[in-house]
Amino acid sequence: MSGLWLAVLLVGAVSMALKATGPVLLGGEELPAAMQRVVTLMAPTLLAALIATQMFGDGKALVLDARVAGLLVGAFGIWRKWPTLLVVVLGAAATALTRLAVG
Amino acid sequence: MQGLRAAVPLAVAVFGFAVSFGVVARAAGMGVLAPLVMSVTTFAGSAQFAAASVLGTGGGIAAAIVAAVLLNSRYLPIGISVAPAMTGGVLKRFLSAQLVVDESWAVGHIGGGRYSRGRLLGAGVLVYCAWVGGTAVGLLGAHYLGDPERFGLDVVSPVLFMALLKGQITSRKALVAAVLGVAIALTLVPFASPGVPLIAATAACLLGLRKR
Repeated sequence: MSGLWLAVLLVGAVSMALKATGPVLLGGEELPAAMQRVVTLMAPTLLAALIATQMFGDGKALVLDARVAGLLVGAFGIWRKWPTLLVVVLGAAATALTRLAVG
Repeated sequence: MQGLRAAVPLAVAVFGFAVSFGVVARAAGMGVLAPLVMSVTTFAGSAQFAAASVLGTGGGIAAAIVAAVLLNSRYLPIGISVAPAMTGGVLKRFLSAQLVVDESWAVGHIGGGRYSRGRLLGAGVLVYCAWVGGTAVGLLGAHYLGDPERFGLDVVSPVLFMALLKGQITSRKALVAAVLGVAIALTLVPFASPGVPLIAATAACLLGLRKR
């Protein structure tokens, strides 16, 4: 088997196992109260961390580049309660135009 | 399947993101079948992008595997968070769990750390179709599309997450945890492999151990 296929199949198998562990082992059961309070904070915390790393991370470096334009336009649109899809398209356009302008 | 309507704009954005994955994977020399199988089985954008970019820059197979697995390690705590909503037999729970990705997870959150199985699966099915279909389009159209960054497609995912985040900041505590999570993640980016800052950021959720 080639290395590429090894990577594809191994990453696929591990990802499926990671996703399934909680539901398979704990499925349908209530979490303890303290655990429930921790879990409540997971969605906001992980989404915020994903945004930060995808906007400012570049491998192991922190950078400010054309992505910031998309971030600002996106934040403005979300604040103004524009439709999600419009906000995403405008964010991408802002980053694309900034890249074009800055070259 | 109540999550379907809420997930339509997400699915369109995910489709665009998937097209860019297809283009990047093709450019990285992964061929057509391997990236498609990856989208069908791994079904996680950031991990697949990381693997493709490591392979494309000659980083080696082992490094690609480690990067993708680390980025997906967040699905262990995410899986635990949705576990109470996942009912039925083991096989059903295993398959349902595969539809939980960042987008369907956010749509499925009905507040207070509780998740709706219908919303998780409805949104998950739609996002899954968009992800696999978009990958195929990107792979086949790679020659015509050029560099996806030219279209700003690399900010589609974070801007989408921003829109999802807004609905998740429902308390002062959630805001503090989110800000703390960002601080932890950005502090660790220069020192740790991609994915590690994310899993470390979940430590901010321990604020929940305090009752107030």
